[in-house]
Amino acid sequence: MRIEGKGLVDRSAPVRFSFDGQTIGGFTGDTVASALLANGRRLMGRSFKYHRPRGVMTAGSDEPSALITTGTGANQRPNERATVQEIFDGLDVRSQNAWPSLKWDVMEVNDLLSPFLAAGFYYKTFMWPRAFWETVYEPFIRRAAGLGRLSGENVEDRSERAFAHCDLLVIGGGPAGLMAALTAARAGADVILAEESALFGGRLLSETTEIDGHPGQAWAEAVRVELSQMPNVRLMSRTTITGAYDQGTYGALERVGLHTPECDAPPECFWRIAAKRAILACGAIERSIAFPMNDRPGVMLASAVRTYLNRFGVSPGKSVAIYGNNDDAHRTAADLSAAGVSVAAVIDSRSDASTTGNWPFFAGADVIDTRGRLGLNQITIRDQSVERKIAADCLAVSGGWNPALHLTCHMNARPEWKVNLAAFVPRPGAVPGLTAIGAANGTFSTGACMEAGARAAADGLAELGMTEPEMTIPQADDTPYAISPKWAVDAKGRAWLDLQNDVTTKDIKLAAQENYRSVEHMKRYTTQGMATDQGKGSNVTALAILADATGRAIPETGTTTFRPPYVPVTLSALGAGAKGAGFAPQRFTTSHKASTSRGAPMIEAGLWYRPSYHPATGETTWRESCDREVGYVRGAVGVCDVSTLGKIDIQGPDAGAFLDFVYTNTFSTLKPGRVRYGLMLREDGHVMDDGTTARFSDTHFVMTTTTAAAGQVMKHLDFVHQCLRPEQDVRFTSVTEQWAQFAVAGPRARDLLDAFLDTPVDDVDWPFMSCGPVTVSGIDARLFRISFSGERGYELAVPARYGDSLYRFLVAQAEALGGGAYGMEALNVLRIEKGFITHSEIHGRVTAFDVGMDGMMSKKKDFVGKSAAAHPGLLGPEREQLVGIRPVAPEERLLAGAHIFAENAPKKRDNSEGYMTSVAWSPTFGSYLGLGFIANGRARHGEQMRMVDHLRKVETVIEIADPMSFDPEGGRMRG
Amino acid sequence: MGSAVALSRPAEGASAEEWDDYLHNRDNPAGLSRELWYHNPCGSWIVVERDTATHEILSTTLASEAAR
Repeated sequence: MRIEGKGLVDRSAPVRFSFDGQTIGGFTGDTVASALLANGRRLMGRSFKYHRPRGVMTAGSDEPSALITTGTGANQRPNERATVQEIFDGLDVRSQNAWPSLKWDVMEVNDLLSPFLAAGFYYKTFMWPRAFWETVYEPFIRRAAGLGRLSGENVEDRSERAFAHCDLLVIGGGPAGLMAALTAARAGADVILAEESALFGGRLLSETTEIDGHPGQAWAEAVRVELSQMPNVRLMSRTTITGAYDQGTYGALERVGLHTPECDAPPECFWRIAAKRAILACGAIERSIAFPMNDRPGVMLASAVRTYLNRFGVSPGKSVAIYGNNDDAHRTAADLSAAGVSVAAVIDSRSDASTTGNWPFFAGADVIDTRGRLGLNQITIRDQSVERKIAADCLAVSGGWNPALHLTCHMNARPEWKVNLAAFVPRPGAVPGLTAIGAANGTFSTGACMEAGARAAADGLAELGMTEPEMTIPQADDTPYAISPKWAVDAKGRAWLDLQNDVTTKDIKLAAQENYRSVEHMKRYTTQGMATDQGKGSNVTALAILADATGRAIPETGTTTFRPPYVPVTLSALGAGAKGAGFAPQRFTTSHKASTSRGAPMIEAGLWYRPSYHPATGETTWRESCDREVGYVRGAVGVCDVSTLGKIDIQGPDAGAFLDFVYTNTFSTLKPGRVRYGLMLREDGHVMDDGTTARFSDTHFVMTTTTAAAGQVMKHLDFVHQCLRPEQDVRFTSVTEQWAQFAVAGPRARDLLDAFLDTPVDDVDWPFMSCGPVTVSGIDARLFRISFSGERGYELAVPARYGDSLYRFLVAQAEALGGGAYGMEALNVLRIEKGFITHSEIHGRVTAFDVGMDGMMSKKKDFVGKSAAAHPGLLGPEREQLVGIRPVAPEERLLAGAHIFAENAPKKRDNSEGYMTSVAWSPTFGSYLGLGFIANGRARHGEQMRMVDHLRKVETVIEIADPMSFDPEGGRMRG
Repeated sequence: MGSAVALSRPAEGASAEEWDDYLHNRDNPAGLSRELWYHNPCGSWIVVERDTATHEILSTTLASEAAR
């Protein structure tokens, strides 16, 4: 019910939203929870396991039970908290985990079965038969026990991510945080103040605390206004710091558009904030007491009752009882009474407690039962062994406060137990650069919090070499916090701890009894603290009960590990901007448009996109196109963009010596104007990459790498130069994107070039493996006579800005000569026919010996990988060696990945003698052709074996051959 | 890239044990660790002294200077 004259909601701005299809009215500033309570609705959801009716427990992000689904379709958001979601016109809210309706839920029958559904029930019951796990048990359990559901639709990528830097990050905008931010801001520091709620002020908004004789809310607003006018301050409301990471990095989730109907605002923004110093002032979280039937709608935390009353102007009940073990609980009675709400009773478990108010008071008493099917209507208390029944529709409970120290544990530190507070407090220095203050550090009075804020900011300023400003600490309440631990009430009946996962004190005792004595084991056995609230309110109580059940003290029993994120973070916020095309950068060649305009399907090669084949009119399969393109190169001339290969420009007097060390073979002896194939090993003796390197002058080389390994090779060269050969005078840089390079290959390749190069290419000046500068229509270009197809081949490189026009020109010229463009499929066929390797073969586990290139390992010099390559086991007949593979019947399929067996051997894994790495249909030979590795393969050419693909159920009789099928003498290539 | 051991490459002809140590054997200290890091944007290899228990960075040196 709404209380006139109370609260900070805007009474002049009414709002209407829908809850389970029913229109509910509230005011701007209300949360779903406060608006529902104002309308007398206490029932907000059903629990996970027993489908018990549940209401709201808290007034913040620690809410365990009032979970709702908002929005529809792709914008549906399950498991939102009614205590966090602000209302706006048109907001669509639905309750969860109830069918057919919240009031009449069929699965409520689970509650009657609860004696059989204790912790470990699923582990013990659904053990066998094993085949039922996925088909019967899991779908059943998932349907019965569940929270909100996902829409199943793709979410539009509308959330954002952002980065920020600051001198001081203040986490929490309560009295301590505001004071810290103000102090640092006045000193001129760059300050970010992050507050989870929509308003700054923290508990000042929820209490009737006065500061300097005025309402605390007025002070908070004055500080906010001052901060908002300072250019060095960024105020971030609706922002939860979700994690503390290395080097002062913090994750933050900002709810940008979730509280407005405006659909162009991003729903959320995930921030990464790098802070030189941080102050944790995010307050404390109140905990309940485990008494029987403490989960009914209407039972809630005392602090939440005060928040609803003082911040939202709502009384959660008409007649409110209060139960607690500390002085804070008594404020609730005072506030309610002053607002004209009837206080049914104040029950304090401490026998020495006293009261000043005019209400029924019971010291040394406990609540031992509650009544009311869908909402509380009566409590039973035990007052010195006398039982009394008291009518109440709301029970405000306080078991004390737990500092919200989660972030201090994110880097593996454990908190410390403080006996006088009956709570854990942060361990100092737990996160470098982060200081916990105020209630988050176990300092509970407002005055002490403000003082701690100013002091922590001054300390931070000093560390940053800044001068602290003159600050006056306002006068505020300084009453110390007095508590006597009360975890559970010794009485008959189920007493809930984790409301969302339906964990009771009995479950914890059962875990202890079954020897799950470690906190981590108890947690996993009972699911305590594993719900969306991560046990914020219930973990410490569960721990105390476990300690009691195992006869240990609390600090000895330990705590569970707090891990980021502090609140649930949607994947769409975490991965904002990284969906679809944003997932990875895309690299396009200069010929990209020319290829796609011909209808070529593009395939990914690393981050690059390359044409697979170029379909022609009348072709219905990719094979037809591919065979035609192979024919261009074998019969006339083909053109292919090879710009994606890594190109590394290497210069300096020691360039040759550097390459000698990087490659197995020698490059310092290479003459300018010549090209050499090079093989590069890792230091462990296995092949890293291969490619050609051209020498343009004594001090200038251009290395090519394979497309996929370009980054790895660059990193390797940096390593070799900086770490192993720092004395060498050599510099290199990647020029992959600066040059567009096209292969022109086939018997008529020279005819094509001669028709337009400024000087003709004759075989005397341009023999196989030569290179040099040429001009194309006056533009400086580079020509390499190299071949990856086995035909006469050239590669022409021009500055990238000419790539598009040169490619179109070359393709047109090739077409005039009976050829045309060829894509990756044809390129692959050509190189398999020729027995050339790619990373399908040099896949990381093969040596130079395995691919038949041990002859390329120079004996005259040291090079990377030389010593390891000579190790026993890395060469010899037991190694699987590169071979060519043909089916005995040419049309029979070969499959990459298939294994190879002796003809009569059982086709079991142990008998595998090798595997296929590359296969293609060769139109040149009219047969399938493959490459692969076979034990001692080079000595087995001509042998018949059997290829078996167990997955695709294909068997083919094959013959082992030399890898090079096409033109083994190389006459066509050398011309 | 793990331990900065990679900076001390054995000379050609070193024993198999030395190569084995260089290539494969690494300590996994809980505490002070000397490591090689690669800064991808600028291509620098950096020797980083770091406490693996606290993630505190104690020093950074360009590998090209450390290796000389």
